[in-house]
Amino acid sequence: MTIFDKFKGLEAARASLQEAGIDPFNLTLDRIFSATEAEIRGRRTILAGTNNYLGLTFDPECIEASVNAVREQGTGTTGSRMANGTFAGHVALEREFAEFYGQRAAIVFSTGYIANLAMLSTLAGPDDTILLDADSHASIYDGCRLGGAKVVRFRHNDTQDLEKRLRRLGEQASRTLIVAEGIYSMLGDVAPLAEIAAIKKTYGAWLLVDEAHSLGILGRQGRGLAEEVGVEADVDFIVGTFSKSLGATGGYCVSNHPELDAIRYAGRPYIFTASPSPSVIASTRKSLQLLRARPELRTRLWDNAHTLYSRLSELGFTLGPQVSPVVAVRLRDKSQAFAAWKQLLEQGIYVNLILPPAAPEGGALLRCSLSAAHTPEQLDRIMEAFATLQTALAAHSA
Amino acid sequence: MASYNEILTQVYKVLTPFAKDEEPLAEETGLVADLGLDSMQVMRLLLEIEDYFDISIPVNILPDIRTIGDLTRQLEKLVNEG
Repeated sequence: MTIFDKFKGLEAARASLQEAGIDPFNLTLDRIFSATEAEIRGRRTILAGTNNYLGLTFDPECIEASVNAVREQGTGTTGSRMANGTFAGHVALEREFAEFYGQRAAIVFSTGYIANLAMLSTLAGPDDTILLDADSHASIYDGCRLGGAKVVRFRHNDTQDLEKRLRRLGEQASRTLIVAEGIYSMLGDVAPLAEIAAIKKTYGAWLLVDEAHSLGILGRQGRGLAEEVGVEADVDFIVGTFSKSLGATGGYCVSNHPELDAIRYAGRPYIFTASPSPSVIASTRKSLQLLRARPELRTRLWDNAHTLYSRLSELGFTLGPQVSPVVAVRLRDKSQAFAAWKQLLEQGIYVNLILPPAAPEGGALLRCSLSAAHTPEQLDRIMEAFATLQTALAAHSA
Repeated sequence: MASYNEILTQVYKVLTPFAKDEEPLAEETGLVADLGLDSMQVMRLLLEIEDYFDISIPVNILPDIRTIGDLTRQLEKLVNEG
């Protein structure tokens, strides 16, 4: 018996991937050409699984802001927000997020993962309950584990089940934090947020929404699902990330509750980690400006999403339940999905391979995420590769 | 109020489809170790039990549940405290 015994299953799975000649979970992008292209295993490859929704990672204005910040402020803060890690840029970005959302205040965190870890572990204590969608992201589950609250799941996007569980909680409902996401990252489906907000009000509960995959994508101003369905006033806390539509690394939370500031003094994931580097803050401030100034990016992203979703449907693939910039192709099992993923990569298309338990409802997924930066020619190549894949799958099952 | 034995009977009923021919279900039967349930199956099983007893099973107690007996004891607490 050793401390490594628990890894034996993983080692066996990894060995079988190595026999196949490629590990989809340890892939290296050797050179990055643009927001949508990189060199992978010696081949120029279209990136269709990087959550780079607005394609801002190579925007000249964002790069210039980032480079200037490095020159003026150095490469890192070397400290946590609570010590020496709060620079003027962090405070300015918090002010800009609050203003963007029309909320009282914002807090910036080092990553989106840490934002959820801090908010969930600190907001809900041992006398409180967290009622979360069963398909919530791992950062939400981990935040729940770090705090001491009772944690109960409701069936994914099932408002009847949510209400049933609030009813079971009785008086405890007023000390319950409901957690939902704007767009769910695996299937690209959207939460029934208007109904969730109404239920929250009925039972006097609290509501936190993670807009990681919906910031810059939904809503007239790009603020996310809460804006899209007109319930921003009923959402107590909105959490998000810089690492998708804003093209950097970091996280945030906005709220009208004055108590948000207490997270700075009580939230261990805020206190005990280094703050985002000046270059990250500078590019994020610029990309937030661009998200607001260029609504055409959102339009182009949605056009690309509709094009890919329609074409893959026509080809006969089983997809996630609704059109979104996340287009998930359902496949039968792990081995079929791995072979399909490998075939796409050999054709110069990178998508995400999602295996159980990360894939909801069992099965396996090829998860595509679109970008406003994908050109019509790149979309054509992605769709041609899927057409070839469909032919191969049909031949294999015949 | 539901007794331990009443709850155990219901748990056996829900788990019967997962039982292996050579091993009848018992309180010592491990949900993962013996029945080989994966995380998705455990999730579905818990949803069924939650609906039957009209309770919510907190995620926090799941690490303490390894056997049918563990599950039944936790359910007994939840059913009778509600």
